[in-house]
Amino acid sequence: MASAFYTINTIQPGHRTANKTFNNPNSPFLGSSRKLRLVPFSNTIQSAASVRRQSTIVAVSSSDVVKKKKTNSSFSHSDLLITREEGLELFEDMVLGRGFEDMCAQMYYRGKMFGFVHLYNGQEAVSTGFIKLLTKEDSVVSTYRDHVHALSKGVPARQVMSELFGKTTGCCRGQGGSMHMFSKEFNVLGGFAFIGEGIPVATGAAFTSKYRREVLKEADSDHVTLAFFGDGTCNNGQFFECLNMAALWKLPIVFVVENNLWAIGMSHLRATSDPEIWKKGPAFGMPGVHVDGMDVLKVREVAKEAIGRARRGEGPTLIECETYRFRGHSLADPDELRDPVEKSHYATRDPITALKKYMFEHNLAKEDEFKAIEKKIEEMMEDAVEFADASPLPPRPQLLENVFADPKGFGIGPDGRYRCEDPKFTQGTAHV
Amino acid sequence: MLGILGKRVARGGIYASTIRSQSFLFASKNYSSTAKEMTVRDALNSALDEEMSADPKVFVMGEEVGEYQGAYKISKGLLEKYGPDRVVDTPITEAGFTGIGVGAAYHGLKPVIEFMTFNFSMQAIDHIINSAAKSNYMSAGQISVPIVFRGPNGAAAGVGAQHSHCYAAWYSSCPGLKVLAPYSSEDARGLLKAAIRDPDPVVFLENELLYGESFPVSAEVLDSSFCLPIGKAKIEREGKDVTITAFSKMVGFSLQAAEILAKEGISAEVINLRSIRPLDRSTINASVRKTNRLVTVEEGFPQHGVGAEICASVVEDSFEYLDAPVERITGSDVPTPYAANLERMAFPQIEDIVRAAKRACHRSVPMAAVA
Repeated sequence: MASAFYTINTIQPGHRTANKTFNNPNSPFLGSSRKLRLVPFSNTIQSAASVRRQSTIVAVSSSDVVKKKKTNSSFSHSDLLITREEGLELFEDMVLGRGFEDMCAQMYYRGKMFGFVHLYNGQEAVSTGFIKLLTKEDSVVSTYRDHVHALSKGVPARQVMSELFGKTTGCCRGQGGSMHMFSKEFNVLGGFAFIGEGIPVATGAAFTSKYRREVLKEADSDHVTLAFFGDGTCNNGQFFECLNMAALWKLPIVFVVENNLWAIGMSHLRATSDPEIWKKGPAFGMPGVHVDGMDVLKVREVAKEAIGRARRGEGPTLIECETYRFRGHSLADPDELRDPVEKSHYATRDPITALKKYMFEHNLAKEDEFKAIEKKIEEMMEDAVEFADASPLPPRPQLLENVFADPKGFGIGPDGRYRCEDPKFTQGTAHV
Repeated sequence: MLGILGKRVARGGIYASTIRSQSFLFASKNYSSTAKEMTVRDALNSALDEEMSADPKVFVMGEEVGEYQGAYKISKGLLEKYGPDRVVDTPITEAGFTGIGVGAAYHGLKPVIEFMTFNFSMQAIDHIINSAAKSNYMSAGQISVPIVFRGPNGAAAGVGAQHSHCYAAWYSSCPGLKVLAPYSSEDARGLLKAAIRDPDPVVFLENELLYGESFPVSAEVLDSSFCLPIGKAKIEREGKDVTITAFSKMVGFSLQAAEILAKEGISAEVINLRSIRPLDRSTINASVRKTNRLVTVEEGFPQHGVGAEICASVVEDSFEYLDAPVERITGSDVPTPYAANLERMAFPQIEDIVRAAKRACHRSVPMAAVA
């Protein structure tokens, strides 16, 4: 499977000949082997652009992919990237993400949700493409834009909605909020407000997977961690520190950059000396992959490869998904700096419509099936809101709970004795 | 300063206020010939060794902890015993490896993260506070973080402003963290073992100058299941006239100050805080209610320091019992100077503690037959 990575924009460490696979139209792999020009949206960008900047570009759209497929000889189902069931699953997950975020916006403007809310509209392909390939034991670490990651991983929509409403039935009992979604059951390790904060934590989760296998001798410990973060984070020191250590110790982690080109109002091109983030992977000794984040099928292909690599113990991968958020940075962001032309361009590349179109054209599903799924999700959202509305607010005593895992914070366990006086520690065999 | 020395000479005893005097005073104590002595360094090393041996989930991570045997030789011998998977040498990436430790703790491992000094923890403080201390609360108890952050804290000798900061006040203001500050070998062993077994994030503030100091240890302390409870202070020396609270190196200074005060008829009670968060308010208040006077001693900066918290706590709980304003002895409100004499002036010395105790007692001449 190593060959799949070679056909796309990757530079393996030590190989400087990636360019020859660059424009290969016959490559079976549907990663970004072709370029799409960014619509120039500001004079300042062009005047400040170096030659390199012209090459920072997004990948092929799915309609190009479909056309390419059609030019090949007549295809059978084995040429398809997904089966019918998988396709419907991906569709449902993306519609769930989109529907949930739209409902959040509604609820926010009605005053039911408050504080910081960061919505994921437009980026669903990345979350669905990656997380639907994981098992329950694999971990996901995200940023403040984490509702859809939690939903894709399996946290029930009801729990996420109540958490956003600040009710006690939320996944974190209302104590975390929009930016801090944790779920031990589904291994969602947060939800971090500081950008770059989740990356070392994800690296630590991957470290645990390796430690369990090698030191604690749990042979079946092969769980993989995905770290999701944005383009702005890729300029932060912690990102580089973790790329180094993950590659050094060959940790089972996949670093997923959701490059939506904007960090609040700061354009990626204005903030980054070399905007091609995937190139930073090989500098640390891991493959760097560039993929079109608006196409769930392409994302899924790349993800399969990277997760497989990590699970086999071959080390980390850095994957840059070029994507776009249709809404502002948060619900409080007036979103004035982004060019409407750019926004409408990306709106035509909506991942949900793209997947639907693909499935129609390959006769994988019919219109009424999609409608049924959309209706089901709508009802699920109504139900989630009703549930959250009806749930109680956290009671007063909950304020002081959960500060420490040990109930009183004095090292006293639930049995009332000092936790440190654990009898099973008398079997130490150490000699001073 | 000179005035006090002058008075001392008149009274016929001069105690040199240098570190060397500490060992002189210790040598003057009597202990039985069978009591074992252990340095703080060995105490910490043996505690780490025993905990790593008892629980395979415990691992040590930090700069120079492996092949270099520890920057201050605290983790000496551990690499040979447990291998590089459990004694992990890291690149110079505090934020990165602290975060890795936190992530590993989320999944149930028990990391012991060493900072070469706690000054470097400032590069990682986002992870100590935001991803370790607050996680149990933010996740409503789903994810606990059984991690220990340890390393030398506070001033050493002549290391300059950026290496001499005391972080006790910083970390103990944050809910979700436990902050421990051992003094003797017994404290070091017991508290480190308790910290490693604790399911919550613990900041373990050691002191570089104490590493080489020897303290007597009983057989109970040497047992591999010995631990000290978190949140309980120790009364190192009983007294009736004034309460002196201190932690870490200042406990030693306070004990010597108490000796001096005793010769002048003031009986000082010295409390070794051991645990800065949670603070043992009940012991402190009980002691103040007995003696009616309080002197807090710490090496850190005065504003918003540990002493400020203790004073506020005592004023809130035991106001009627106070016979004098509370006295705070802290480090000077300046970044630590390098010159040796300036540095000595920048940190509390034994005579400062003695003076403050006397101020609290409103006396500068000894009373007869009070002890």
